[in-house]
Amino acid sequence: MKVKKYSKKDMRLAFWLIIPAFVAISITAFIPLIQTIYDSFFSWSLRPGFQREFIGLENYIKMFQDARFLNSLWNTIYFTVLSVLLEFLIGLGVALLMNAKFKGRGFMRAAMLIPWAVPTVISSQMWRWMYNDNYGVISNLFYNLGILEEGTPILADPSLAMNAIVSVDVWKTTPFVALLLLAGLQTIPSQLYEAARIDGASKWRQFTSITLPILKPTIAVTLIFRTLDALRVFDIVYIMTPGVQDTETLSVYNRSLLMDNIFSPRGLFGYGSALSVIIFLLIGVFTLIYIKSMKLKID
Amino acid sequence: MKLGMKSKRNIERTIIYIFVVIVFIYFVFPFWWAIRSSFTSNAFLFTKDFGLLPPEWTFDHYIGVFKEHDFLRNILNSVIVAGTTTLLSLVIGSFAGYAVARLKIPGKVFIMGSILAVSMFPQVSILGGLYQLLRSMNLIDTYPGLIIPYTAITLPLTTWILQNFFRDLPKSVEESAYIDGCNKFQTLYKIVIPLSIPAIVTTGLLTFITAWNEFMFALTFVINPEMFTVPVAISMFTGASQYEQPWGQLMAASVIITVPLVLMVLVFQKKIVEGLTSGAIKG
Repeated sequence: MKVKKYSKKDMRLAFWLIIPAFVAISITAFIPLIQTIYDSFFSWSLRPGFQREFIGLENYIKMFQDARFLNSLWNTIYFTVLSVLLEFLIGLGVALLMNAKFKGRGFMRAAMLIPWAVPTVISSQMWRWMYNDNYGVISNLFYNLGILEEGTPILADPSLAMNAIVSVDVWKTTPFVALLLLAGLQTIPSQLYEAARIDGASKWRQFTSITLPILKPTIAVTLIFRTLDALRVFDIVYIMTPGVQDTETLSVYNRSLLMDNIFSPRGLFGYGSALSVIIFLLIGVFTLIYIKSMKLKID
Repeated sequence: MKLGMKSKRNIERTIIYIFVVIVFIYFVFPFWWAIRSSFTSNAFLFTKDFGLLPPEWTFDHYIGVFKEHDFLRNILNSVIVAGTTTLLSLVIGSFAGYAVARLKIPGKVFIMGSILAVSMFPQVSILGGLYQLLRSMNLIDTYPGLIIPYTAITLPLTTWILQNFFRDLPKSVEESAYIDGCNKFQTLYKIVIPLSIPAIVTTGLLTFITAWNEFMFALTFVINPEMFTVPVAISMFTGASQYEQPWGQLMAASVIITVPLVLMVLVFQKKIVEGLTSGAIKG
């Protein structure tokens, strides 16, 4: 057994060094979370004079009869699966490309950071303009190629709007995915490829038997990291399709439940809190998977 | 006929460059289109003219952004909020990071775990509780009402990166300072912090960008338009009537905000990539 020695002096200093961080995260995260969990069992709103009423699990039961909730859940899943998949595929392609030798690689690397650096709210507005049904450059490209009928309002069409939203997220986040995968690619020793080449392995064979297996842990971390982000998506959806229920994701619905009903006479703030708890648990499950996969990496 | 080695290499090269061009256009075009639109007068903006350059250059939209909107005030709000957040997050994060990296104390896993856990909290899950807490502290519509939450949500990354950096610093320097009569707190700000400038620049940049771009809290905890930060202002950009979107001005405002960010990112690109990958891959 290891005997640890703690210094009293160190402990006193550490206390004062750590307290500010704990105050900040308690105010922002832990206390509000406890408050939210508590509120979720009540009929409650911030309306002056509103009487808090304990209703047990009623808010949670109600959720599964709420068509708008189920729809936002489906939208979130659709958004997450499609965007993470596309970001991974395109990101891997870009990472492989960036790993090859060509002139202007540094320049390219810089260009890749542009979508990442543009604030999400701004990239959403930029794309909303490009998808404008009359004067949007992308809409008109689709019209001219005959993919869409002239004047189709892409963002107002339920079957198209979600894909448009995904396209913005893919544009914005693919560089990040590519950079993570590129960092993984660069750890693969080039001797491995040389040996494979001497053995006559094709490029595809090298990719499937050297690149992919070594890259697996990086891929796992990247996918989970992105999934966690995608499940929480808010900004893009809120800006691209304001107030539209067809494309609403969990975060958008949850915020609208809380803030539109903040003074609700029917105590709907409590219902919003219940949805907040469900989202927290959903993310919690994925976080546990994430931590597990991290541990595997450390061992 | 079999292709020679050389021509096979040439084909490979050509394919690589074709893809490079496609990827480049994909990443850069939307930003270029915003720039192009911001300099195109309304007479051409609302036509089917899709040339890469404006048919006629104009600065009207840029003038309009500042004349018809309180955009300068929004920028000031964002600078104050993001700047203070960055400073606080670096100070608090370096304190906690140093304690975890260098002091002989129990419960390090618990301390680091609690801080890192915050990065996994869905913002919307704490929105209702945080709103009530800030309201009871009279912090709605104030700078601290955003600075405190922003500091907390950026602490995980700051603490993590700084903690890793401190750990890798040679212990001998600190020990000699210690022998020279510095106590551990003095060692932290006289020796450790100056040695950690590279890591502090990286984390500072990432923190600033996160705080500058944050939307959901800024949208919820600020009701008075005078206190709007840039993202909220841009999300609510409207023209003379509710139905008329001033696209030219909107793009001009977007360009004004994005250009400094893009320049900053390009200058510090190596550091940012390092920070991003270490933040994601290690924690």
